Amino acid sequence: MTANSQQIALLDALPETAVAVGVRAADWREAITAAGDLLVASGATTDAYTAEMIDTVERLGPYIVLAPGLALAHSRPSPSVLRTGLSWAALAAPVPFGHEANDPVRLVIGLAAVDHDAHSGALAKLARMLADAGRMRALQDATSAAEVRRLISEYEGGQE
Amino acid sequence: MKLLAVCGMGIGTSIILKTNAEKALQNLGVDGEVEVADIGTARGAAVTADVVLTSGELAAELGEVPAQVVVVDNFVDVDEITGKLSAAIQARG
Repeated sequence: MTANSQQIALLDALPETAVAVGVRAADWREAITAAGDLLVASGATTDAYTAEMIDTVERLGPYIVLAPGLALAHSRPSPSVLRTGLSWAALAAPVPFGHEANDPVRLVIGLAAVDHDAHSGALAKLARMLADAGRMRALQDATSAAEVRRLISEYEGGQE
Repeated sequence: MKLLAVCGMGIGTSIILKTNAEKALQNLGVDGEVEVADIGTARGAAVTADVVLTSGELAAELGEVPAQVVVVDNFVDVDEITGKLSAAIQARG
Protein backbone atom coordinates (compact mmCIF):
# COMPACT_ATOMS: atom_id res chain seq x y z
CA MET A 1 0.00 0.00 0.00
CA THR A 2 1.35 3.39 -0.95
CA ALA A 3 0.36 6.86 0.18
CA ASN A 4 -1.11 7.37 -3.27
CA SER A 5 -4.53 8.97 -2.87
CA GLN A 6 -5.85 6.82 -5.70
CA GLN A 7 -5.77 3.81 -3.37
CA ILE A 8 -9.05 4.66 -1.62
CA ALA A 9 -11.03 1.42 -1.71
CA LEU A 10 -14.57 1.51 -2.98
CA LEU A 11 -15.84 -0.07 0.22
CA ASP A 12 -14.01 2.50 2.39
CA ALA A 13 -15.64 5.32 0.43
CA LEU A 14 -19.03 3.71 0.98
CA PRO A 15 -19.58 2.89 4.69
CA GLU A 16 -22.79 1.13 5.71
CA THR A 17 -24.28 4.42 7.00
CA ALA A 18 -24.07 5.72 3.41
CA VAL A 19 -26.09 2.87 1.89
CA ALA A 20 -29.88 2.52 1.85
CA VAL A 21 -32.27 0.36 -0.14
CA GLY A 22 -36.04 0.73 -0.60
CA VAL A 23 -35.74 4.52 -0.42
CA ARG A 24 -38.97 6.38 -1.13
CA ALA A 25 -38.69 9.36 -3.46
CA ALA A 26 -41.51 11.09 -5.34
CA ASP A 27 -39.32 12.90 -7.88
CA TRP A 28 -35.69 13.46 -8.91
CA ARG A 29 -35.10 16.16 -6.29
CA GLU A 30 -36.18 13.81 -3.50
CA ALA A 31 -34.03 11.04 -5.00
CA ILE A 32 -30.92 13.26 -4.99
CA THR A 33 -31.81 14.51 -1.52
CA ALA A 34 -31.85 10.89 -0.31
CA ALA A 35 -28.34 10.34 -1.69
CA GLY A 36 -27.27 13.67 -0.14
CA ASP A 37 -28.72 12.77 3.27
CA LEU A 38 -26.68 9.54 3.21
CA LEU A 39 -23.49 11.52 2.48
CA VAL A 40 -24.35 13.75 5.48
CA ALA A 41 -25.12 10.71 7.67
CA SER A 42 -21.72 9.17 6.93
CA GLY A 43 -19.92 12.44 7.66
CA ALA A 44 -18.78 13.14 4.10
CA THR A 45 -20.71 16.37 3.53
CA THR A 46 -22.96 19.02 5.04
CA ASP A 47 -26.54 19.66 3.89
CA ALA A 48 -25.31 22.48 1.64
CA TYR A 49 -23.72 19.89 -0.67
CA THR A 50 -27.13 18.25 -1.25
CA ALA A 51 -28.45 21.58 -2.53
CA GLU A 52 -25.33 21.91 -4.73
CA MET A 53 -26.00 18.49 -6.30
CA ILE A 54 -29.59 19.51 -7.11
CA ASP A 55 -28.32 22.81 -8.52
CA THR A 56 -25.98 20.90 -10.85
CA VAL A 57 -28.93 19.16 -12.49
CA GLU A 58 -30.92 22.40 -12.65
CA ARG A 59 -28.06 24.13 -14.47
CA LEU A 60 -26.65 21.34 -16.65
CA GLY A 61 -29.59 18.99 -17.09
CA PRO A 62 -29.95 15.31 -16.21
CA TYR A 63 -26.67 14.22 -17.85
CA ILE A 64 -25.76 12.60 -14.49
CA VAL A 65 -28.09 9.73 -15.48
CA LEU A 66 -25.14 7.94 -17.03
CA ALA A 67 -26.68 4.51 -17.63
CA PRO A 68 -30.19 3.06 -17.74
CA GLY A 69 -31.65 3.45 -14.26
CA LEU A 70 -28.50 4.94 -12.73
CA ALA A 71 -27.72 8.51 -11.69
CA LEU A 72 -24.37 9.71 -10.32
CA ALA A 73 -25.37 12.73 -8.24
CA HIS A 74 -22.46 15.07 -7.58
CA SER A 75 -21.24 18.64 -7.60
CA ARG A 76 -17.85 20.32 -7.45
CA PRO A 77 -15.36 20.08 -4.59
CA SER A 78 -16.51 22.79 -2.13
CA PRO A 79 -16.37 23.73 1.57
CA SER A 80 -19.49 21.60 2.08
CA VAL A 81 -17.44 18.48 1.30
CA LEU A 82 -15.79 17.28 4.52
CA ARG A 83 -14.13 14.20 3.03
CA THR A 84 -14.26 12.14 -0.13
CA GLY A 85 -17.15 9.70 -0.07
CA LEU A 86 -19.88 7.90 -1.92
CA SER A 87 -23.48 7.10 -1.03
CA TRP A 88 -25.94 4.58 -2.43
CA ALA A 89 -29.71 5.21 -2.52
CA ALA A 90 -31.63 2.36 -4.16
CA LEU A 91 -35.16 3.63 -4.75
CA ALA A 92 -38.33 1.72 -3.81
CA ALA A 93 -39.89 2.88 -7.10
CA PRO A 94 -38.12 4.39 -10.13
CA VAL A 95 -38.45 8.14 -10.80
CA PRO A 96 -37.93 10.08 -14.06
CA PHE A 97 -35.03 12.56 -14.26
CA GLY A 98 -35.93 13.81 -17.74
CA HIS A 99 -33.11 11.89 -19.48
CA GLU A 100 -33.90 10.84 -23.06
CA ALA A 101 -32.16 7.48 -23.09
CA ASN A 102 -31.73 6.32 -19.50
CA ASP A 103 -34.91 7.17 -17.57
CA PRO A 104 -36.34 6.17 -15.13
CA VAL A 105 -33.77 6.06 -12.33
CA ARG A 106 -33.71 3.19 -9.81
CA LEU A 107 -30.37 3.90 -8.16
CA VAL A 108 -28.76 7.19 -7.16
CA ILE A 109 -25.07 7.07 -6.28
CA GLY A 110 -23.92 10.23 -4.51
CA LEU A 111 -20.33 11.42 -4.94
CA ALA A 112 -18.52 13.97 -2.80
CA ALA A 113 -14.97 14.85 -3.79
CA VAL A 114 -12.46 17.01 -1.91
CA ASP A 115 -10.42 17.60 -5.06
CA HIS A 116 -10.08 16.37 -8.62
CA ASP A 117 -7.97 13.30 -7.82
CA ALA A 118 -8.51 11.67 -4.41
CA HIS A 119 -11.65 9.83 -5.45
CA SER A 120 -10.65 8.84 -8.97
CA GLY A 121 -9.34 5.38 -8.04
CA ALA A 122 -12.55 4.45 -6.21
CA LEU A 123 -14.62 5.89 -9.05
CA ALA A 124 -12.67 3.96 -11.68
CA LYS A 125 -13.35 0.78 -9.71
CA LEU A 126 -17.01 1.75 -9.50
CA ALA A 127 -17.05 2.24 -13.29
CA ARG A 128 -15.61 -1.24 -13.91
CA MET A 129 -18.00 -2.81 -11.42
CA LEU A 130 -21.06 -1.12 -12.98
CA ALA A 131 -19.91 -2.24 -16.44
CA ASP A 132 -20.30 -5.83 -15.23
CA ALA A 133 -23.97 -6.39 -16.16
CA GLY A 134 -24.45 -9.42 -13.90
CA ARG A 135 -22.98 -7.68 -10.86
CA MET A 136 -25.09 -4.61 -11.63
CA ARG A 137 -28.28 -6.68 -11.67
CA ALA A 138 -27.39 -8.34 -8.37
CA LEU A 139 -26.66 -4.91 -6.84
CA GLN A 140 -29.97 -3.50 -8.04
CA ASP A 141 -31.83 -6.49 -6.59
CA ALA A 142 -30.04 -6.34 -3.21
CA THR A 143 -32.51 -6.03 -0.35
CA SER A 144 -30.25 -4.62 2.37
CA ALA A 145 -27.33 -2.24 2.80
CA ALA A 146 -25.24 -5.14 4.12
CA GLU A 147 -25.93 -7.13 0.95
CA VAL A 148 -24.94 -4.19 -1.27
CA ARG A 149 -21.65 -3.87 0.60
CA ARG A 150 -21.04 -7.63 0.51
CA LEU A 151 -21.48 -7.67 -3.29
CA ILE A 152 -19.08 -4.73 -3.62
CA SER A 153 -16.62 -6.38 -1.26
CA GLU A 154 -16.70 -9.60 -3.31
CA TYR A 155 -16.14 -7.60 -6.48
CA GLU A 156 -13.27 -5.61 -5.00
CA GLY A 157 -11.70 -8.72 -3.50
CA GLY A 158 -11.70 -10.36 -6.93
CA GLN A 159 -9.92 -7.40 -8.51
CA GLU A 160 -6.86 -7.13 -6.27
CA MET B 1 -4.84 8.93 -30.38
CA LYS B 2 -6.10 11.43 -27.82
CA LEU B 3 -9.60 11.13 -26.40
CA LEU B 4 -11.39 13.67 -24.24
CA ALA B 5 -14.19 12.59 -21.88
CA VAL B 6 -16.43 15.56 -21.10
CA CYS B 7 -18.94 15.97 -18.26
CA GLY B 8 -20.46 18.85 -16.34
CA MET B 9 -17.88 18.98 -13.57
CA GLY B 10 -14.96 16.92 -14.86
CA ILE B 11 -14.86 14.85 -11.66
CA GLY B 12 -17.69 12.31 -11.77
CA THR B 13 -19.39 11.13 -14.91
CA SER B 14 -16.31 11.84 -17.02
CA ILE B 15 -14.12 9.59 -14.85
CA ILE B 16 -16.63 6.76 -15.28
CA LEU B 17 -16.54 7.42 -19.03
CA LYS B 18 -12.73 7.65 -19.11
CA THR B 19 -12.35 4.30 -17.34
CA ASN B 20 -14.65 2.47 -19.73
CA ALA B 21 -13.24 4.29 -22.80
CA GLU B 22 -9.76 3.04 -21.82
CA LYS B 23 -11.21 -0.47 -21.78
CA ALA B 24 -12.76 0.16 -25.23
CA LEU B 25 -9.39 1.32 -26.63
CA GLN B 26 -7.86 -1.90 -25.30
CA ASN B 27 -10.62 -3.92 -26.99
CA LEU B 28 -9.89 -2.17 -30.29
CA GLY B 29 -6.13 -2.57 -29.90
CA VAL B 30 -5.73 1.19 -30.32
CA ASP B 31 -2.95 3.01 -28.54
CA GLY B 32 -4.32 6.15 -26.92
CA GLU B 33 -4.90 8.17 -23.82
CA VAL B 34 -8.09 9.55 -22.34
CA GLU B 35 -8.24 12.90 -20.56
CA VAL B 36 -11.21 14.44 -18.76
CA ALA B 37 -12.62 17.96 -18.90
CA ASP B 38 -15.63 19.82 -17.58
CA ILE B 39 -18.00 21.47 -20.02
CA GLY B 40 -16.55 24.91 -19.22
CA THR B 41 -13.03 24.04 -20.41
CA ALA B 42 -13.93 21.33 -22.92
CA ARG B 43 -13.95 23.55 -26.03
CA GLY B 44 -10.34 24.54 -25.42
CA ALA B 45 -9.26 21.02 -24.47
CA ALA B 46 -11.03 19.56 -27.53
CA VAL B 47 -8.73 21.46 -29.91
CA THR B 48 -5.92 18.95 -29.38
CA ALA B 49 -8.16 15.86 -29.10
CA ASP B 50 -8.94 13.39 -31.87
CA VAL B 51 -12.21 12.22 -30.37
CA VAL B 52 -14.53 13.77 -27.76
CA LEU B 53 -16.80 11.45 -25.78
CA THR B 54 -19.80 12.91 -23.97
CA SER B 55 -23.57 12.73 -23.40
CA GLY B 56 -26.15 13.97 -25.90
CA GLU B 57 -27.05 17.04 -23.85
CA LEU B 58 -23.48 18.13 -23.27
CA ALA B 59 -22.59 17.47 -26.94
CA ALA B 60 -25.26 20.02 -27.89
CA GLU B 61 -23.79 22.51 -25.42
CA LEU B 62 -20.24 21.86 -26.66
CA GLY B 63 -21.18 22.75 -30.25
CA GLU B 64 -18.79 22.46 -33.21
CA VAL B 65 -15.25 21.32 -32.40
CA PRO B 66 -12.51 20.03 -34.72
CA ALA B 67 -12.53 16.60 -33.04
CA GLN B 68 -14.97 13.79 -33.84
CA VAL B 69 -17.74 14.01 -31.22
CA VAL B 70 -19.08 10.68 -30.03
CA VAL B 71 -22.35 10.73 -28.07
CA VAL B 72 -22.53 7.94 -25.49
CA ASP B 73 -25.90 6.97 -23.94
CA ASN B 74 -24.71 4.37 -21.46
CA PHE B 75 -21.39 5.30 -19.84
CA VAL B 76 -20.92 1.84 -18.32
CA ASP B 77 -21.61 -0.12 -21.53
CA VAL B 78 -18.13 -0.92 -22.85
CA ASP B 79 -19.65 -2.55 -25.97
CA GLU B 80 -21.52 0.64 -26.89
CA ILE B 81 -18.40 2.77 -26.35
CA THR B 82 -16.22 0.31 -28.31
CA GLY B 83 -18.63 0.26 -31.28
CA LYS B 84 -19.06 4.03 -31.46
CA LEU B 85 -15.35 4.68 -30.94
CA SER B 86 -14.47 2.24 -33.71
CA ALA B 87 -16.84 4.04 -36.12
CA ALA B 88 -15.41 7.45 -35.15
CA ILE B 89 -11.83 6.30 -35.64
CA GLN B 90 -12.70 4.93 -39.10
CA ALA B 91 -14.53 8.13 -40.04
CA ARG B 92 -11.48 10.12 -39.03
CA GLY B 93 -9.32 7.93 -41.27
